[in-house]
Amino acid sequence: MAKEKEPKPEELFQSIDYKAPKKFWMDTPAQIRPGMFCWGAKAKSLNTVGFPNARDWNPSEENWKLPDNWQEILIEGLRERLDKYRSLRLFMDICVRCGACADKCHFYIGTGDPKNMPVLRAELMRSVYRKYFTTGGKVLGKLAGARELDLQVLKEWWYYFFQCTECRRCSVFCPYGIDQAEITMAGRELLNLIGLNIEWIMGPAANCYMKGNHLGLEPHTIVNNVEFMLDDIETLTGIRINPSFNRKGAEILFVTPSGDLFADPGTYTCMGYLMLFHELGLDYTWSTYASEGGNFGFFTSNELAKRLNSKIYAEAKRLGVKWILGGECGHMWRVLNQYMDTWNGPADFLEVPKSPITGTVFENAKATKMTHIIEFTADLIKHGKLKLDPSRNDHLNVTFHDSCNTARGMGVFEEPRYVINNICRNFFEMPRETIREQTFCCGSGSGLNAGEDMELRLRGGLARANAVKYVHDKHGVNMLANICAIDRAALTTSMNYWVPGVTVAGVHELLANALVMTGEKPRETDLRGEPLPASEEDVSVSARAVTQAEGETAGGEANV
Amino acid sequence: MKALVPFLAVVFLVLLVIAGVKAAGLYFLFGVAVPYAAAAIFLLGFVYKVVKWGRTPVPFHIPTTCGQQKSLPWIKPNSIENPSGTGGVIMRMLLEVFLFRSLFKNRKTKIKGDYIAYSWAPWLWLSGMAFHWSFLLIVIRHLRFFFQSVPVPVQALEHLDSILNWGVPALYITDVIFLAAVTYLFLRRVTLAHLKAITLPADYFPLFLLFGIGASGALMRYHLRVDVVGVKELVMGLVSLHPAAVAGIGTIFYIHLFLISTLFAYFPWSKLVHAGGVFLSPTRNLSNNSRVVRHVNPWNYPVKVHTYAEYEDDFREKMKMAGLPVEKE
Ligand code: HEM
Ligand code: SF4
Ligand code: SF4
Repeated sequence: MAKEKEPKPEELFQSIDYKAPKKFWMDTPAQIRPGMFCWGAKAKSLNTVGFPNARDWNPSEENWKLPDNWQEILIEGLRERLDKYRSLRLFMDICVRCGACADKCHFYIGTGDPKNMPVLRAELMRSVYRKYFTTGGKVLGKLAGARELDLQVLKEWWYYFFQCTECRRCSVFCPYGIDQAEITMAGRELLNLIGLNIEWIMGPAANCYMKGNHLGLEPHTIVNNVEFMLDDIETLTGIRINPSFNRKGAEILFVTPSGDLFADPGTYTCMGYLMLFHELGLDYTWSTYASEGGNFGFFTSNELAKRLNSKIYAEAKRLGVKWILGGECGHMWRVLNQYMDTWNGPADFLEVPKSPITGTVFENAKATKMTHIIEFTADLIKHGKLKLDPSRNDHLNVTFHDSCNTARGMGVFEEPRYVINNICRNFFEMPRETIREQTFCCGSGSGLNAGEDMELRLRGGLARANAVKYVHDKHGVNMLANICAIDRAALTTSMNYWVPGVTVAGVHELLANALVMTGEKPRETDLRGEPLPASEEDVSVSARAVTQAEGETAGGEANV
Repeated sequence: MKALVPFLAVVFLVLLVIAGVKAAGLYFLFGVAVPYAAAAIFLLGFVYKVVKWGRTPVPFHIPTTCGQQKSLPWIKPNSIENPSGTGGVIMRMLLEVFLFRSLFKNRKTKIKGDYIAYSWAPWLWLSGMAFHWSFLLIVIRHLRFFFQSVPVPVQALEHLDSILNWGVPALYITDVIFLAAVTYLFLRRVTLAHLKAITLPADYFPLFLLFGIGASGALMRYHLRVDVVGVKELVMGLVSLHPAAVAGIGTIFYIHLFLISTLFAYFPWSKLVHAGGVFLSPTRNLSNNSRVVRHVNPWNYPVKVHTYAEYEDDFREKMKMAGLPVEKE
């Protein structure tokens, strides 16, 4: 969407209309509307990973350049998946259309488009399932809610399966746990059989396959980017950090989404990791081969997701590390928690993760051997291993956004809150219905964070943004903390549009603000170069005053 | 329109019984053959469905986690909403099946001024609970026809259910709740615009059928009295596999029986199978322990990967320039 055409936030907000249409949904073909979809996947990207029907195509043109037997391919593909996934078969059969999920989807909330109600998104596929796989549907047709898979239906699938971020919010409220994400994933897999992905997903997936990360950063670029961050850290703290790359024999392999290496505000989070690991003297290494924690393959097909994910264990094995530490990311952790070991395990060449600092053994990662950095850091703080000066974040009124995947595909709720409460003194929760397992998607997940679908993203991001606006108006919140690389990018866009005045940061950026490093010079600014609240005075003095006032021990001895 | 066809279908079923029993005297067909056929279709169909689901693999471990995970020892996990073991999963399933836990969380999303607001919306939960529980209790009460001497728990239930002691015979509370709940479930489908939009004829049909069953049952009990001894004789014949047609019970009974038979025969092939499916739902019946115990996918297969060796071949010079270690010089 060109800048000049972008509607004002108030206009967009007021354009939302929850009125149901007069016509039956089957009788209203999808209108593929600019601003609401992403460009089609390019031949080059599809070829890189060996996907079928590689060609350049344009979704807004009539001709999608499909193979002649596309219908047959999809029906057979659906049959195969019904036999492979109990979730899919069951979810095709048991929905009672009670409507509980209807208004739970951020895309429905932001667009009012009935087909963005999870139940209707599912019916798009279910109607086809009935036609080809149930007797009732074959005999009674439309009366049984069945319909042929024709070109219009195909376009509708494409349009709406790429208006679902696989966030699973619908499945929280469904009495049977019907998870539209499962249906969307199957739908996207099917579309891939005839070359109908989007470039914003296929490009990064192809990059990741060849170069090890979504952004296509080559090994030397990764090193350079980290060098830039090290320069900034030196300016800030006077400390020169010396991390290692592809080092054999390190104790820990660290893997994080490549977004953290590339652009702010992700880079600030990355500086946070670097500073923390340095302060701990951690024996760890980065990898340029396994330089991606995220997995855009997950948004194309199970198979490609597995192919991309394989690099993490392969690299851990090659380098001979003991265990793996994973950075802040959302869908990365859904994959690591629920898929990685099944695909590419068992990781019997690794040891159960054990914090070299506290001695804590992470029993909850006994099989995968991979620990979330927020678990690792929470454990450090609990054991008093970090010197923290939370007053350095006093200029921030913080709220926390639970990422869909760490929330509903894992359950990471208390760890980040514990860390935040130890590094900031002004923390405010958003309304109950918008956090934890009920959290709203940033609006750009599952590979939809492109530029051309900006209206979709802003609409999809509204539910989250509006809850931030609530705490912004009420408590003056100006910082939206999170533990996800896509959030850091997507929420920044969303905040600039919906709630100007709120910035976005990874939790480890805020941690690094508060982290008192051995031998550091007095900090004058935070990681972003914003002056610290008490920087006219001596930071350490104000820190000590605070400590005494609150009777804590953590921040006090700071840099005396 | 979407409601009309299923409505007419149920009316047609009723007329069919009137024609068959009252006019043609087909007592054996409607009293014996149809109930047996329906029971057979129900049982076989239900087993077929469950076996079909059960045989379909669960390739990945995909519980929807709705509470704190079990991680560090000092962080209290939510062992029901995010179970880490079998006990938690059982609790979670019991709460789902008996109390409709997830449905209870329902909130209505509305725009209020500048904000999106979420308000408590228990009506679906309440009517769902009222419908299912009254249905269950009514089914249990019906067991009186299936035993020579009525079991004590059934007697107790009958007693409790008619405790208001209104009218003769005493009104059953569950009858009222059942009909009210089914009526409400129907009304919400025709009055709530977004719900109307998603409703299919296949959603109206069971509601009309259930209403027909409830209404014919109530009529029989409170108004058009039928020969209860005859009913018991017929049902006992059916369950003891010595069926015999019994004449003179009253057509309303055959309507009731035929609609029930239809419901049973329809059950496995419709959305009503959710009663079995809910137990198999992988987002609910798995514990969140996939980092602790490896979940095996029966159809996992080797895939083509881009190996480190290939990667190093692509970038060796650049890696060396950047001071990165390489395997092959
Ligand atoms: C394990 C047992 C069952 C569970 C957990 C369960 C759960 C639910 C839930 C949560 C709903 C949605 C709420 C509603 O629309 O009322 C529902 C709907 C429904 N259930 Fe069940 N159910 C079970 C068994 C049954 C059985 C045995 C029947 C047999 C008649 C049945 C018939 C229906 C019908 C007709 C609806 C749709 C109501 C409507 O159209 O609005 N259920 N069920
Ligand atoms: S909440 Fe579940 S059963 Fe109800 S309409 Fe949505 S998917 Fe269907
Ligand atoms: S998974 Fe999320 S985006 Fe997809 S339908 Fe459900 S609520 Fe909407």
